[in-house]
Amino acid sequence: MTFLTDSFLSAILLIWTLNHDLLVIVGVSLKMSSISTFAAGLLGVPSGFLIAFSEFRGKRLVITLLNTLLALPTVVVGLFVYAFISRRGIFGTYDLLYTQKAIIIGQIILIVPIITTFTISAVSRIDDRYRKAALTLGANLMQTARVIIREARFAIMAAIVMAFGRVIAEVGISMMLGGNAKGFTRTMTTAMALEYDKGEFVLSVALGIVLLCVSFGVNVFCNYFQGRSRL
Amino acid sequence: MDCKRKVLNKRMGPAILIFLALLLLPLTAKGESKIIKMATTTSTENSGLLDVLIPEFTRETGIQVKVFAKGTGAALRDGMEGNVDVIFVHAKSREAVFVAQGYGAYRLDVMHNDFVIIGPAADPGKIEGMRDAAGAFRKIAAAKVKFISRGDDSGTHIKEQAIWKASGEALKTEATVIIKKSKKHALSFVYPVGLGKRYISIGQGMGKALTFAEEKQAYTLTDRGTFFKYKYGRKLGLNLEILCEGDPRLFNPYGVIPVSPKKHPHVKFASADRLAKWLVSTQAQALIGQYKIAGRQAFFPDAEPVAE
Repeated sequence: MTFLTDSFLSAILLIWTLNHDLLVIVGVSLKMSSISTFAAGLLGVPSGFLIAFSEFRGKRLVITLLNTLLALPTVVVGLFVYAFISRRGIFGTYDLLYTQKAIIIGQIILIVPIITTFTISAVSRIDDRYRKAALTLGANLMQTARVIIREARFAIMAAIVMAFGRVIAEVGISMMLGGNAKGFTRTMTTAMALEYDKGEFVLSVALGIVLLCVSFGVNVFCNYFQGRSRL
Repeated sequence: MDCKRKVLNKRMGPAILIFLALLLLPLTAKGESKIIKMATTTSTENSGLLDVLIPEFTRETGIQVKVFAKGTGAALRDGMEGNVDVIFVHAKSREAVFVAQGYGAYRLDVMHNDFVIIGPAADPGKIEGMRDAAGAFRKIAAAKVKFISRGDDSGTHIKEQAIWKASGEALKTEATVIIKKSKKHALSFVYPVGLGKRYISIGQGMGKALTFAEEKQAYTLTDRGTFFKYKYGRKLGLNLEILCEGDPRLFNPYGVIPVSPKKHPHVKFASADRLAKWLVSTQAQALIGQYKIAGRQAFFPDAEPVAE
């Protein structure tokens, strides 16, 4: 039990003293996750719409493939991107490996399928009569899309929050592509993995508690945001 | 639409059952016996030596060894908590403490290799041919080159910090305060301030530090065995060279310690004891001496002859 109370107290101490290292780590984590979630949202939500509203051969296959990609292991994404951006890869000259950019690229690949799939299911669940009504009332395609988005906004927001949760909690990509360099690419999860490797379990769990607090904060923020949009 | 959904649901039932049944499969696997767990350092594992030693030991004794490669700090920690049966690490002073505190039954010298300072073949820091490790570190700090640090509290990291101390460079100690056994406890590590952003602390194993150095064309401290493995043991070898070697300060002894059954009655001491004694036997020592990476001897057997 002392182990848990120690971890918990350490977490409070770290936050209370605004430990410099911790702030840097949390900052890097939040920055990476926000950028990749935002970019993946820009890619994923429109593709979700397109797939949901268009009829084409192989649509079911596309959806099945996307569903499969939901189980994409971070290590596979890491390896895949690594092969392209390492010094010996095709994009080796850009010096991307072990930078924040590399993490963002990997994380986008990881969560675009999540946002796309959940957008598809969110949009498909909206009663088709909304779309037809909007079209009958003379709305063009963009306006129709806006109507649908209004109806599906909670589900889409949930998909984005979930995607954010996935990237802020992932360790494989950050470790393989970021390299856990202190002050540059050390995120909360790679810091935890490191403290575990060093045998410093207390600090590792303390970081875990901080991570959960940060995630909680983000979710409270999103909730507030959703609540306001309802007005 | 509704009709389709019902058909789908009917099909889903069995599918879900099969899926759940598949999830249970791993539980039916049989429990195994006569396996011991060994915590060792990433440099031992990465060098490939264990892939020669362990199968031979298993063939001879029927005892299987599960190897967990970590930093020396974590390996010692695993031993202290009784998570493993034997440890095989290289941080002599801490190993002595480990045995003195009663966590280890005894310690045997097994072998040694040495550390080398490596860097890009072009050697922008101009340290090639130096023997004095501390002097080489001073030159690296003065030149505008990057240095990769393990930063993971491993034996290599401890050695690196010692050399920085000897180099006389301005050092900074960074401490993170946590609570341990309800008391404040500072975790600290030392790094040279002068390098600023050129000092990259990655907190990962030896192999990772080497690939990191390769990517960034940086300098780093590594053990010779792992370096050979990564440079000559692969098709696409590292593009880095040994630039400083031979300093007595870079000597790196390995020891094996069975976890004491007095502290942790559940450890498989008999098997661990057998492994430790086997590692210092004439046969294993010969294997260690013969182990070559791309035609180069990587480890030097150290054991005093023990009566079997």
